[in-house]
Amino acid sequence: MPKVTIDGTEIEVPGGITVLQACEMAGKEIPRFCYHERLSIAGNCRMCLVEVSPGPPKPAASCALPVGEGMEIKTDSEMVRKARNGVMEFLLINHPLDCPICDQGGECDLQDQAMAYGHDHSRFEENKRAVKDKHMGPLVKTIMTRCIHCTRCVRFATEIAGVPELGMLGRGEHAEITTYLEKSLDSELSANVIDLCPVGALTSKPYAFVSRPWELAKTESIDVMDAIGSAIRVDSRQTEVLRVLPRLNEDVNEEWIGDKTRYAVDGLARQRLDRPYLRVDGKLQETSWQDAFAAIAEKVKATKGERIAAIAGDQCDAEAMIALKDLMSALGSPHIDCRQDGAKLPTEPRAAYVMNSTIAGLETADAVLLVGTNLRWEAPLINTRLRKAWLQGGLQAAAIGPDVDLTYPVDYLGAGPDTLSAVADGSNAFAEVLKNAERPAIIIGMGALARADGAAILATARKIADDYSLVKDGWNGFNVLHTAAARVGGIDLGFTPDAGGRDVEGILAGASNGDIDIVYLLAADEIDTARLGDTFVVYQGHHGDAGAHRADVILPGSAYTEKSGTYVNTEGRVQLARQAAQPPGDAREDWAIIRALSDAVGGGLSFSTLGDVRARLVEANPIFDKINDIEPWPWSAFGEPGTMSSEPLESPVENYYMTCPISRASETMAECSREFVAGGDERTGTDG
Amino acid sequence: MLADQDRIFQNLYGQDDWRLDGARRRGIWDNTKALLERGRDKLVEEIKESGLRGRGGAGFPTGVKWSFMPPEDRRDGRPHYLVVNADESEPGTCKDREILRYDPHTLVEGCLVAGFAMGANAAYIYIRGEFFSEASNLSLAIEEAYEAGLIGKDACGSGWPFDVYLHRGAGAYICGEETALLESLEGKKGQPRLKPPFPAACGLYGCPTTVNNVETIAVAPTILRRGASWFSSFGRENNTGTKIFSISGHVNNPCNVEEEMSIPLKELIDKHAGGVRGGWDNLQAVIPGGSSTPCLSKNICDDILMDFDSLREQSTGLGTAAVIVMDKSTDIVEAIARLSHFYRHESCGQCTPCREGMGWVYRVMQRLVTGDAEIDEIDMLWELTKQIEGHTICALADGGVWPVQGLIRHFRPELERRIIARKTAAGEPAPAAAAAAE
Repeated sequence: MPKVTIDGTEIEVPGGITVLQACEMAGKEIPRFCYHERLSIAGNCRMCLVEVSPGPPKPAASCALPVGEGMEIKTDSEMVRKARNGVMEFLLINHPLDCPICDQGGECDLQDQAMAYGHDHSRFEENKRAVKDKHMGPLVKTIMTRCIHCTRCVRFATEIAGVPELGMLGRGEHAEITTYLEKSLDSELSANVIDLCPVGALTSKPYAFVSRPWELAKTESIDVMDAIGSAIRVDSRQTEVLRVLPRLNEDVNEEWIGDKTRYAVDGLARQRLDRPYLRVDGKLQETSWQDAFAAIAEKVKATKGERIAAIAGDQCDAEAMIALKDLMSALGSPHIDCRQDGAKLPTEPRAAYVMNSTIAGLETADAVLLVGTNLRWEAPLINTRLRKAWLQGGLQAAAIGPDVDLTYPVDYLGAGPDTLSAVADGSNAFAEVLKNAERPAIIIGMGALARADGAAILATARKIADDYSLVKDGWNGFNVLHTAAARVGGIDLGFTPDAGGRDVEGILAGASNGDIDIVYLLAADEIDTARLGDTFVVYQGHHGDAGAHRADVILPGSAYTEKSGTYVNTEGRVQLARQAAQPPGDAREDWAIIRALSDAVGGGLSFSTLGDVRARLVEANPIFDKINDIEPWPWSAFGEPGTMSSEPLESPVENYYMTCPISRASETMAECSREFVAGGDERTGTDG
Repeated sequence: MLADQDRIFQNLYGQDDWRLDGARRRGIWDNTKALLERGRDKLVEEIKESGLRGRGGAGFPTGVKWSFMPPEDRRDGRPHYLVVNADESEPGTCKDREILRYDPHTLVEGCLVAGFAMGANAAYIYIRGEFFSEASNLSLAIEEAYEAGLIGKDACGSGWPFDVYLHRGAGAYICGEETALLESLEGKKGQPRLKPPFPAACGLYGCPTTVNNVETIAVAPTILRRGASWFSSFGRENNTGTKIFSISGHVNNPCNVEEEMSIPLKELIDKHAGGVRGGWDNLQAVIPGGSSTPCLSKNICDDILMDFDSLREQSTGLGTAAVIVMDKSTDIVEAIARLSHFYRHESCGQCTPCREGMGWVYRVMQRLVTGDAEIDEIDMLWELTKQIEGHTICALADGGVWPVQGLIRHFRPELERRIIARKTAAGEPAPAAAAAAE
């Protein structure tokens, strides 16, 4: 622990850190542009200069200088101030100073630091430089004249995203940041460069000229576009959600978010169900809440409980699911399921259906077997963790199922479950790798579980975990990767068939052959609605998607930004999403709709506040009391061995940009799909 | 004047055969094995004693630099590398070029000896891309050395395996900066690296590396053969040895010449370059050490000694000892403005002060050529150069602004004269000339 003196105060700091970090620890703010905690050190902006003795009689870049015993650091001396003023002057001479029309205005590092280190006038009499804007795809807008060449975006693309498509061309004054071939930045994390850009060179294209940061209400919430549960900040103005930004959560998303998380929100304003509908003579007609409830009540009262079923969708909050579960059991129906893709997930023990290694824990894995998953599209931020593990410690990764580029070397073993059997019986070479690894892990995606032989695949994975010591003291390498934000919570609170109940497959089969008369879809859109047959379908949700099209009664609910909801991510981490905007029109919070419906159908639900619902959640499963907390789960028996088919394992995500009703309604996501999935470059003038 | 038998580069003018036979006649490769048999430590010690300072411009003591390489008992398994900087691109400098084309075996032998002294089994020579025939000669010399068993699996029969690789650059001045050179050698964009870590700890491909100038390496075998005391008998204390001076510009006989260090500038020019065009009194200014060193006015040139310390006292430097002589016909402001253009063009663009500042300096310089400026802009320009100098990763920015500083230091009256003349011609009120510069 070296002792250093910073501005006259002696402080002991951990060895191996930089002078900049030491200064931060001493509470001294060091201005910087190029330095970023999560990126490699570039040391090129020269803003973080400090005076260090012993050393040469010139200021040193604190971001790149390791602390040494007995260093004397001055962060506010005459030399330092002069140096920083000088650097700031140089940064500004060729910067356009078009702050009034710049989207970065109000949240711009250059603007902020110019307040502290800028001159009040310019001595620069020459012409400013102008730089041609670059095409970086549908998400990132570029105004390259504003660029200060900090290279944060280049380092992010190369190091974190693993797509070395950004770089600096040219030299000196003529240096330009570009995608080399002016091609869209092909990464699911591309828009993070917008947050990283300290100036307005890279800004958000869909959000261009929409709002100023100080006009926005900022709500800290949780994302539901995938099962990672990224921490987000929802920025809204009145009823409109205008943008989503990442929030720091070291355990989950660090400080990145996927492009879908960030940009699908324009779908919140389109295709919305904003009033109840009732199907009359085959046509959906607007109606009132009373009439909608009356129609449901009439049907329910005439139907026996065992002929009623309910399916919960992928983005439901736990509150709505517990309310519906209680209503269904009051009506006498055991047929409830939240696994709408038919995933063969056991309901206990918990270790059998969560990511036991934890997301952050995967960074320390040294061997990982991916089964039936395209991590880049199903969980891009877990993929970055594995990339980090590979960069830092030489992770050995292998995949069974989709053969995709995950930005780090992956040993592709095969497409089908027979390869998994080969690993399990030791005949595949990767078995040795798992056996010899310190912290081996397996990640099973929904592509492996949501199929007829899913249970057998799970059992084989369990066998691998047991045989190759994936589970040991202080480490559990058995991981189930979910794609639905609601899934773990649904299983936790028991939104699965009761004794004698039907699962999703059973419900759909019953619906088509007439054993089921009423199906209640709680925002469930990812099922084959054609199989609902002649059943009476109640759809409660927020978007006019597949479920609403088939519905007989539509109850308008709220999307994740419009309600306070509890979600459990793929690790089993319970997190709270907060309401950022009001649901549109007559739409209501989902648990409240079910509570009101319960009165109409005689369901007898007793809770009347959100607090009551949450108390009921804790009663159903104490896990819901442990917000943000996570603990290792007991490793008890699960899995029934069976025969596996030889069908190849495929990822459940066919298009990263469109996986839910919100992203399907989003124009931005549609554009991304065109650009990245459908091969946008091949469009001709007659398209669209 | 240096006696002929004391010249290290006996074929500097290409009068003799540059190939292996000729080189052997001149004593190169003469029992190199015996040199290696002295052992690593002895070689480094001898170079330290000789007082040899790096010939690439910065003048860092070579023996000390070599001793930064991990010694045998602290090797961690990583290979050591010697990298030779033959990217000679400093305007005015053309000394390495002559070594490369007329005496390449001095360099190849130097690589082996120096490489051995730092525990390296491989040397990479990074040669300036424009040096086509030089690269051709050098690669032939390397081939000859391989064929004669002088380098290769058992270099000179010493049992020390040693390989020499030649790599041609692609024309960027910045690749002459040692860490940018390493980046370029690794196949990346030539941009200087942050230091620390220094190359001796983490250089080429992350391995301990020493980067030396061609001349530094080429003189090493002779120093070792003839002894440190022989070498240090030339020049003044701390500035010992012989050195190749490149004399160009307004002299009657521009040339490269190997001379004793600390030779008076006037003697150097008069004896070897046939004197200044039009006589010594026609001298206006001299850039003493390659384009990046600040120029000197005639009164200083009269009695200055050509070595590191004496030039440093005059706020300039020996640099590469490339003497650029300018007589009174020179438009000194335009000459320096042209240098600003060069450094602006060659800035790699990493660091803010250099990327943005060099262009600014150049544009102000352009206006000063015609006098289209204000008097206080001279002070601003001075301040700008101080804002750039010492605030960047590498020394290119320092070298880029020093010529301008030299100009303002010694020729401020000329700058003011132009401004006043222009204003007078335009009928504007003439400003008062400010006090002389520091």
